[in-house]
Amino acid sequence: MSKPRTLYEKLWDSHVVRYLTDETALLYVDRHLLHEVSTPQSFVALDKRGCGVHRPAANLAVPDHAIPTRHRDQPIADPQARAQTARLVENVERYGIPFIPLNDIRQGIVHVMGPEQGFTLPGTTLACGDSHTSTHGAFGTLAFGVGASECGIVMAAQALVQRKARTMAVRIEGTLSPGVSAKDVALAFIAKVGINGAAGYAIEYLGPVVRGFSMEARMTLCNMAIEAGARVALVAPDDITFDWLKGRPMVPKGDLWDQAVSYWRSLPSDEAAVFDREVTLDAGGIAPHVTWGTSPEDTIAIDGMVPDPETIEDEQRRARLSRALDYMGLLPGRPIAGTPVDMVFIGSCTNGRLVDLEAAAEIVKGRKVAPHVQALVVPGSGLVKQAAEEKGLDRIFIDAGFEWREAGCSMCVAMNDDRLKPGQRCASTSNRNFEGRQGRGGRTHLLSPAMAAAAAITGTITDIRKLEVRS
Amino acid sequence: MSEPLVHVASQAISLPDPNVDTDIIFPARFLLKIDRDGMADCLFHDRRFDADGVERKDFPFNKADRQAAKFLVAGPGFGCGSSREQAVWALTDWGIRVVIAPDFGDIFSGNAAKNGLLLIRLDKERVAELAIKAERGAIFSADIPGRSFTVDNEEICRLDMNDEAAEAFMEGWEEIDIILNREREHVAAFEAVHRTRQPWLFAES
Repeated sequence: MSKPRTLYEKLWDSHVVRYLTDETALLYVDRHLLHEVSTPQSFVALDKRGCGVHRPAANLAVPDHAIPTRHRDQPIADPQARAQTARLVENVERYGIPFIPLNDIRQGIVHVMGPEQGFTLPGTTLACGDSHTSTHGAFGTLAFGVGASECGIVMAAQALVQRKARTMAVRIEGTLSPGVSAKDVALAFIAKVGINGAAGYAIEYLGPVVRGFSMEARMTLCNMAIEAGARVALVAPDDITFDWLKGRPMVPKGDLWDQAVSYWRSLPSDEAAVFDREVTLDAGGIAPHVTWGTSPEDTIAIDGMVPDPETIEDEQRRARLSRALDYMGLLPGRPIAGTPVDMVFIGSCTNGRLVDLEAAAEIVKGRKVAPHVQALVVPGSGLVKQAAEEKGLDRIFIDAGFEWREAGCSMCVAMNDDRLKPGQRCASTSNRNFEGRQGRGGRTHLLSPAMAAAAAITGTITDIRKLEVRS
Repeated sequence: MSEPLVHVASQAISLPDPNVDTDIIFPARFLLKIDRDGMADCLFHDRRFDADGVERKDFPFNKADRQAAKFLVAGPGFGCGSSREQAVWALTDWGIRVVIAPDFGDIFSGNAAKNGLLLIRLDKERVAELAIKAERGAIFSADIPGRSFTVDNEEICRLDMNDEAAEAFMEGWEEIDIILNREREHVAAFEAVHRTRQPWLFAES
């Protein structure tokens, strides 16, 4: 009998072209997602060599990062963003790469659009010039972020030199409490292992909570693995995965679908498979979480206190905490709940899907955004926006005083005009609270869609569990 | 081709902060550039310059006696976060050829290797000692053919790389060329088999 293997090992083994050293292999890459920001220089590398794209149909391009979320009927106002988006169009046309244009209903964030179109499939390898490519691991896809050079390599050669990761099982046991979502689990995990604590590992999320999660919740969980340092995160595919994918535009049809599902059923980690590291989280002990600092690991439960650097022994860590508190304009030892916010952002590849907007709308319904708060909802794709409108969510948000925008990365990466001003504080459903991430000098608190909605209503960071129940 | 790296020696910059992410190294708004010009100007932009564009004299990269530095001694988690390769391009464009830290962001590491930026991993205590030496103006030296890394002529460690990796540094080879020159037939052979195992992935072509 062959050695029991993890899901990661099965995906890895089935894509090794050949080993180059004991630890590195040339890995076949089935699929490549492109966006306007990480590929201009990749195409220059192809142009220079005249080497062509190995298999254009293995690629799919869409603009998402730099594009505006308003005035889509007009040319992009920012000349640099306009030039970058135009360059993507020229490049994909020249190389015959399938492309979803800006004003197409399918346009959206790569990590929302890819799964939605069924471009993301279990059992495949997928690369994209974006660190949140781990999102696609929710489907049992070996998906990882790469730089611009590797985007060029994968287009030219359909393969990348990769180091085999160690494996980490993250078991989420028990049951989540009301008001606690996949985002809170993701934040709690990062707080537990640290921002680079899973570097070099491929994570697999296991246990009853993950099995019960929707695909959207699994994507949220896998999305943020990179904030713990892991390039790869996985959830084994199951009936929830297959039901979600079936009938999507780019999934196999007819007999091929049946063949594919039968293959996908062989992918989950073998019972006796051994992981290099095991981490267990008790779901019942996870409260809604929020970040207080400038790294996703700076996360506390909503009823927690902003930490005091004076209690930290390690000198470098103490200095970093002090700097983070200073940047965030927070005082140590105070409750994080009640901190006033200026802006609320609901969207991103972490939390820009329909279930996320539904969770937020449930809180917002019949309420008003606090007068001093600007609140944005940026759906993850045109199709998410359309589905939300069919359910009347847009009315709920607009009536409450939210702005209802077009799809894109928007204020998660602040490359368009959706940016914080220096000193502004934002409750954000995105994935990074780095210094300047949402605009130079901007202060970010990461939290779940429901928590972001609550912050918009009360104007402060608020424990969703304590929000008054409506009569 | 990336700039060949054979032997390099200079003073070093010390930036001990942990978790210096690629947004700090290269703020996102500069990613709107579509070429690779002017990368060095963006390096650590929001730390090097205040909101009015005035240079912050106390930032390590702004010190007058470190403008020719080719070594950076960094803290743990250097290069974590976003996959932007501009973080590496900006470092090399500024003149940095070697970064020493306890550990690095995974994607950053992969990007470094493709651009002739040498990363050296040492334990935290060792890095802290080197940070002090960097502050004092010690001469750091890396020699690829000899696989040695020294500070003030004292060997700190051997460089852990095989002949092929060393040659790539010395010749400035880019990985894309190595793969295109050497691996195409292997990929084609793999693809032919893969096509029979997962035919649904090839239904469109």
